[in-house]
Amino acid sequence: MNEAPASLWSVAAATLKKDIRLEWRSKDALNSMLFFSLLVVVIFSFSFDPLAEESRLIVGGLVWVAFLFAAVVALNQTWARELRNQVLDAYRVSPAPANALFVAKVLGNFIFVIVLEALMTPLFVIFYNLRVLGSAWQLIPIALLGTWALVVNGTFFAAMSLRTRNRELMLPLLLFPISIPAVLGMVAGTTAVLTADNPAHFYIVLLLTYDLVFTTAYLGLFETILHAE
Amino acid sequence: MPQGDIVVRNLIKRFGRFAALRGVSAGFEAGRLHAILGDNGAGKTTLLRTMAGLAHPTRGEILILGQSPRSACRDIGYMAHPSLLYDEMSGMENLRYFAGLYGIRDDARCKEVIRAVGLDPELTRPVGQYSQGMRQRMSLARAILHDPKVLLLDEPFSNVDVHSAREMVALLKSTRDAGKTIFVVTHQAALLEDVADEFLWMHAGQIVDRTRTAKIAETSEQPLRVS
Repeated sequence: MNEAPASLWSVAAATLKKDIRLEWRSKDALNSMLFFSLLVVVIFSFSFDPLAEESRLIVGGLVWVAFLFAAVVALNQTWARELRNQVLDAYRVSPAPANALFVAKVLGNFIFVIVLEALMTPLFVIFYNLRVLGSAWQLIPIALLGTWALVVNGTFFAAMSLRTRNRELMLPLLLFPISIPAVLGMVAGTTAVLTADNPAHFYIVLLLTYDLVFTTAYLGLFETILHAE
Repeated sequence: MPQGDIVVRNLIKRFGRFAALRGVSAGFEAGRLHAILGDNGAGKTTLLRTMAGLAHPTRGEILILGQSPRSACRDIGYMAHPSLLYDEMSGMENLRYFAGLYGIRDDARCKEVIRAVGLDPELTRPVGQYSQGMRQRMSLARAILHDPKVLLLDEPFSNVDVHSAREMVALLKSTRDAGKTIFVVTHQAALLEDVADEFLWMHAGQIVDRTRTAKIAETSEQPLRVS
């Protein structure tokens, strides 16, 4: 038998590949996220019907609230898959590093949410008649860092609420308060780029710092969460 | 003090106010097949989960080949009552993923264990479409994939037809004969009558009897307390 110690990255890559394969076959998370975001775009566009100037002020909040709520759907799905047939126990009894599972789940969710954002952003632009007044390229680091913040928080707290009775309710209760600084950074940063009123650099640095601090903390804590009863 | 290659010392496991295990102490020799019997709620599954490192003892300790269950995880193979398999993937895809967790890179081992449990590695159907018996056998294949020294099997014969169950027993016998230690929680003691080296009878969170045959344990009206 060709047996070598399972490294963090090899297990993370195998788990990510497995998660993408499962999502490709079921499309549970992507379909529900897309449907939910589409509803938000359509309902808000009918409700507000804003002018272009007003759109630039409010759309940052709308976009990120839509993505935040949609991400919660995906986050619940990825861990629910591990609970069916108690598959997570097979991981827990193996010598595979706990953080490999966390890294794989975060990367998987990041990919799913980025795909969602790539599909939904053109719709936001069309429905809200958006025209960016600031440096449009700055929206890319804001989107990437903001999405990472949502996903890393969500993956950790979804794992934490796995064994609770009302985990669909528990996840937003745990996730939203701790995500407030990141959400403020995303919304204010996006609005700053759209309106060109303020520089967005501050928000990019804020999101980067937030991501580094929380990712490090979660990597330090995940093993305890995984092996908790 | 219990002696042996696998030692359980004064093991207590509580879930809130309910004590699932109440001071279990026992020593087990390696290379034997131990059948664990008892009524529902006797603590069999909790004992097995604690030995696998999935449940933490409230008090007491478990030593698997001189190590804690977590440290000995490479030496432990665990088969639970649920399949521990992804329903949406084929048997081979499942085993390939779990092999990766143990650093096993070649498909040959996955194919070998699938054949050993009497299934076809080329089967592309997702595990969710398997019959219950096939799922149980694939679950056993996952448990033996990394060639563990200690196998912990929770009701491996439930919902399995008699022919398949006998095949699984034959596999367990050859695995035991190869020097592995096997613990089997089961309600079908008769299947293991000729194979098991020992029958452990559990009642109310304690091991109350250890016998050489299943019949003595099953007919024992007043099970002996193990001192």
